[in-house]
Amino acid sequence: MQIGILAVQGAFLEHEQMLSRLGASCFEIRQKSDLTRPMDGLILPGGESTAQGKLLRDLGMLRPLQEQIEKGLPVFGTCAGLLLLAKEIQNDTRRHLATMDMVAVRNAYGRQLGSFSAEAAFDGLGTIPMTFIRAPYIESVGAGVRVLAVVEDRIVAARQGNQLVTAFHPELCSDPRVHRYFLDMIRARQGVGCHAASLVFESSEKACYPC
Amino acid sequence: MGSNRWELNRNLAQMLKGGVIMDVTTPEQARIAETAGACAVMALERIPADIRAAGGVSRMSDPKMIKGIQNAVSIPVMAKCRIGHFAEAQILQAIEIDYIDESEVLSPADDRYHIDKTKFDVPFVCGAKDLGEALRRINEGASMIRTKGEPGTGDVVQAVRHMRLMQTEIRRLVSMAEDELFDAAKQLQAPYELVLYVHEHGKLPVVNFAAGGVATPADAALMMQLGAEGVFVGSGIFKSGNPEKRAAAIVKAVTNYQDAKMLAELSEDLGEAMVGINEQEIELLMAERGK
Repeated sequence: MQIGILAVQGAFLEHEQMLSRLGASCFEIRQKSDLTRPMDGLILPGGESTAQGKLLRDLGMLRPLQEQIEKGLPVFGTCAGLLLLAKEIQNDTRRHLATMDMVAVRNAYGRQLGSFSAEAAFDGLGTIPMTFIRAPYIESVGAGVRVLAVVEDRIVAARQGNQLVTAFHPELCSDPRVHRYFLDMIRARQGVGCHAASLVFESSEKACYPC
Repeated sequence: MGSNRWELNRNLAQMLKGGVIMDVTTPEQARIAETAGACAVMALERIPADIRAAGGVSRMSDPKMIKGIQNAVSIPVMAKCRIGHFAEAQILQAIEIDYIDESEVLSPADDRYHIDKTKFDVPFVCGAKDLGEALRRINEGASMIRTKGEPGTGDVVQAVRHMRLMQTEIRRLVSMAEDELFDAAKQLQAPYELVLYVHEHGKLPVVNFAAGGVATPADAALMMQLGAEGVFVGSGIFKSGNPEKRAAAIVKAVTNYQDAKMLAELSEDLGEAMVGINEQEIELLMAERGK
């Protein structure tokens, strides 16, 4: 399995480290020529969505990635990645990939003093640690979108078919469950039994510490 | 500041990685920086080159001016306070700045003590010339480090010197036997626990950016190849002929710092770079402030 990680700006290294712990291999996407490599899944990391969106456009990657996502490529966006995928952003005129049917709010908890960590239920995974850094949340979702986690009445994780988003940063915690959930999405698309595969991954994992 | 707050502050610096933080003096410049792809802006009344030219005591910027920039952009806004001036830092925290730069670019307020940054909830970035300085600042509560370089000169030589020295010292710690680390901590004048961290991880416990004298896409790529995790550009952008184009080019150079072909394209037709001063020509070495 090869997972492409958008590496134009932000915390992409943390995703690479998490994937390598889970035994999945990945490569960095920094320019258009990187998109010629076979890719089973795509991760859009945290960072600044304005910087990432601008670089996606300028480097000619916006349209090709949009097409691949629309064709069903499994994609996982955290924080800025969520904003890249949002069809609507309530307090910003900029739109980027705009493939997921939801309305997001940027810097929804305010400036850095509003950043926080929490523990909350994630659909099917139990309670997981969540780190919110100048985070967005999801104001509302369309009919095809399933809400996966809610913190203080705000939607902070959701899925629409092949697209998974979190307003928080699973890559900053040592808890690998959300990433494993994404790998299961990829395997399901490839027609491999999810349960057996995730057991194999479990055994290759290193010790896991709380956030 | 609890350990959770420190962690959240360290995390914000992680989000800035691979990005460019630009000095801006007006809301208009801040918007240009954001549009060009800056991952944060540093709000200040005068950029380092002008501080250098004007001389005199240089202080924290007017909070009203900083708020104007906060309102103009959606990316994180940083601002500088003087070394040791914790009251300026308290004011910056009160206006909810995203990052405070306890900076040698301003005139130091205290020639002995830095701010006890563990007393604050907002994050701090501090300059360092070598590993010992970096670890002392982290011990005081800094959640991000940058090289000092020599601000306002457009001369990258000192940023290179500081980054190389830091990386050399890190490699040296990694290669040491564990029982040698106690003495290394003594030599570096840094806490043993942080020295041990560097020995085990081969890097600082916080994000490390390059700053001071970066003026071209090539400068930015050089610093990234030397191990910087991102770049501050101060006077280099708005003291140049075509700020919009230069800013966007430096942003792309940081993303694709290993692709010489792309760097060549990015370096074309940028107009005049900031004039710059060589380190031998300046009388005031800002990097020598606060050790």
